[in-house]
Amino acid sequence: MAWLDRTARGLFMTELVKGFALTFSYMFKPRVTINYPYERSPLSPRFRGEHALRRYPNGEERCIACKLCEAVCPALAITIEAEPREDGSRRTTRYDIDMTKCIYCGLCQEACPVDAIVEGPNLEFATETREELFYNKEKLLANGDRWEPLLAANIAADAPYR
Amino acid sequence: MPKLTIDGIELEVAPGTSVLQACEQLGIEVPRFCYHEKLSVPANCRMCLVEMEKAPKPIASCAMPCGEGMVIKTDTETVHKARKGVMEFLLINHPLDCPICDQGGECDLQDQAVGYGFDRGRYGEEKRAVKDKNLGPLIKTIMTRCIHCTRCIRFSDEIAGVSVMGATGRGEHMEIGTYVEAAVSSEMSGNLVDVCPVGALTSKPYAFTARPWELRKTESVDVLDAVGSNIRIDTRGGEVLRILPRLNEAVNEEWISDKTRYAHDGLKRQRLDRPYIRENGKLRAASWEEALALAATKLKGSAPEKIAAIAGDLADAESLLALKDLLGGMGVASLESRQDGSAIDATSRAGYIFNSTIAGIEQADHVFLIGTNPRWEGALVNARIRKRYLQGGLTVTVLGPRVDLTFPIEHLGNDATLLNAIADGSHPYAETLKAAKKPLLILGSGALARPDGAAVWAAARAVAEACGLVREDWNGFNVLHRAASRVGALDLGFLPAKGGRDLAGILDGARKGEVEVVYLLGADEIEAQHFGRAFVIYQGHHGDRGAHRADLILPGAAYTEKNATYVNTEGRAQHTRQATFPVGEAREDWKIIRALSGALGKPLPYDTLQQLRKRLADANPAFAQIDRVTPAAWGAFGTAGAVAAAPFTLPVENFYMTDAISRASATMAECTEAFVSPAVAERTGTHG
Repeated sequence: MAWLDRTARGLFMTELVKGFALTFSYMFKPRVTINYPYERSPLSPRFRGEHALRRYPNGEERCIACKLCEAVCPALAITIEAEPREDGSRRTTRYDIDMTKCIYCGLCQEACPVDAIVEGPNLEFATETREELFYNKEKLLANGDRWEPLLAANIAADAPYR
Repeated sequence: MPKLTIDGIELEVAPGTSVLQACEQLGIEVPRFCYHEKLSVPANCRMCLVEMEKAPKPIASCAMPCGEGMVIKTDTETVHKARKGVMEFLLINHPLDCPICDQGGECDLQDQAVGYGFDRGRYGEEKRAVKDKNLGPLIKTIMTRCIHCTRCIRFSDEIAGVSVMGATGRGEHMEIGTYVEAAVSSEMSGNLVDVCPVGALTSKPYAFTARPWELRKTESVDVLDAVGSNIRIDTRGGEVLRILPRLNEAVNEEWISDKTRYAHDGLKRQRLDRPYIRENGKLRAASWEEALALAATKLKGSAPEKIAAIAGDLADAESLLALKDLLGGMGVASLESRQDGSAIDATSRAGYIFNSTIAGIEQADHVFLIGTNPRWEGALVNARIRKRYLQGGLTVTVLGPRVDLTFPIEHLGNDATLLNAIADGSHPYAETLKAAKKPLLILGSGALARPDGAAVWAAARAVAEACGLVREDWNGFNVLHRAASRVGALDLGFLPAKGGRDLAGILDGARKGEVEVVYLLGADEIEAQHFGRAFVIYQGHHGDRGAHRADLILPGAAYTEKNATYVNTEGRAQHTRQATFPVGEAREDWKIIRALSGALGKPLPYDTLQQLRKRLADANPAFAQIDRVTPAAWGAFGTAGAVAAAPFTLPVENFYMTDAISRASATMAECTEAFVSPAVAERTGTHG
């Protein structure tokens, strides 16, 4: 009987009809594609994008050069040098992230005791040259200043789960 | 010999052993903060609590001597609970600032908090804060972090011998500090940083520069004095960031002097990074080919008797031998390694080494110091004498300038002729020396650099022989050198050969034009004008006095940048190891000499360090014995004669600046200003 069943299905093209039916059913479902970059999908507060160095509200940089991010970084993308600042506090003189090495694992922001280095929501930082992806402290602090409202909101949103 | 049981293991220990030491013998780790092997036992941190059967409460194992039949348990619920309690109390007032603390990563408190700490604090009240103290240019204090283990107090009292630190107040109000605000004026003060189990005392020059986990560690030997302290060089990215002591009970125990520890920033300044040639009175950069060709031309162009070589205080044995082979092969006789004009020579090895060995000081019961300040000429030797003094029964007599040596001395005066009087028994002190069971004579290198140095040397030998310092089982005759290269150079015979000139002869010859070419192997202690119109080839690593006068500069490597052999004042050969690469185009010293021999058309018969080391061992078997001292046979040395009446003078005027490296160091300059010449600084208005 198996050959009869197979022949009948072939004759009436049931597989084809099923397939078309499925395709046709999507005519009545909402679209999933979006018109990027005019439209965007929502991002989690935990999204790990471009790095930023944050400041305190009074403008003081948060980073205290503890080097935990440098130590934890599995890709060895972070380089820090530090020395006492004029007022005697511990601050970095150099904070470099090689974004071409970074694997966006987020361990640096996990390690940071003062929430200074964070991975922000920005994912559009492609550049034309490699050199532009070697971020220094200035660039990272500028990122922080630019994204601070969002960064602060993301950290606040995630706080209850920590 | 009490027998006790620890964690079910029975063992027998020497009487007086503490429970903690017994645990260590078994490899059982007992946490501790205040206990330190080399210091006295105060038992005030209470971290080393263990349980003892039949005792009502846990005992502090560091202070409890082992007793017959004791049953100790180190790994029970009670022990853990007790230690956790202690840790919680310690952490009540300790700030949680590990991320900005320089001790982070190598902190005893941090490590032990992992084992015994609680994951949250139950203490909600105000933490105490303590004002930081100013302990000088080397030690940074953050006194809030202090856990009052009193290790620093005990170190400065016992090892350094300067009773400046102490505790004021009781209980929560206890503060460690110097009673009156004062820098810790000791040549050993840097060890306070190592001794401190937390981040209360940290290194000021090293502040915030690196974390322990990013450093590459190289085990090496110090060359800034002749003690040959064992050190660990911590580097990152080709830069020496700090120097720490390495345990060697025979030499430096676990201490090093401040110069050893902090002079390394001099390695970054005033460096010679490429060959230079002087043209029309000015130095211009040159290539190696050009420089070696010029050196070869000059050496070939002069008769061997018109060529001389002077080796400096930091020269390693390999380059000394290579230079001796090279110039000796050309027939040059004027080789000199005694930049200070010392009369010492290689006639008898026992005459120029520290025969008793540094560890042997601990057996002595009387020390006779001649024309030396061991505190500045060999800080660790002085520390060892102090250690012996603290054990009791040691008397020290000084002939020479009176200095504070951190232990009481009997001062014989500063009349050098007394040496002759003691030797012939006419001075009453000879009886004291004869009566001593194991007397020790330490002859300073400055005493031998006098014009009548040979007579002083012979007189010291006469004293040693007349007063029974040299016996079959004990040799109490010691020379305390200052230069790391000195014993190695003497072992290799880097001295004027027959018909050669000594230092005075070379300088005299250079002034008169009889010496045309002078090869300086890192010799920096000679004033420029002494070289007259001679062509000076300087091989070394710093732009110091030698390089300022030089007509040709061959850039060499400093001691952190080469694998080299140095022989310390005891005659102990030790290897330094390369921690970083020489700067710029600089090369290891023996390689430069090997290359020069090629340019001269007389290549030396060794191309690798192994071949050269083999040649070293052939030249003197002492170089085959690494980190060992072979007793030297007693022989005759010195030139007998009357010692001049001139008083002894001390050769080291400034402990912090004795060589090219420490003179280039900013930290050492600060120390000089703070400890050696505050008066000078005030006068010149650089005092702030």
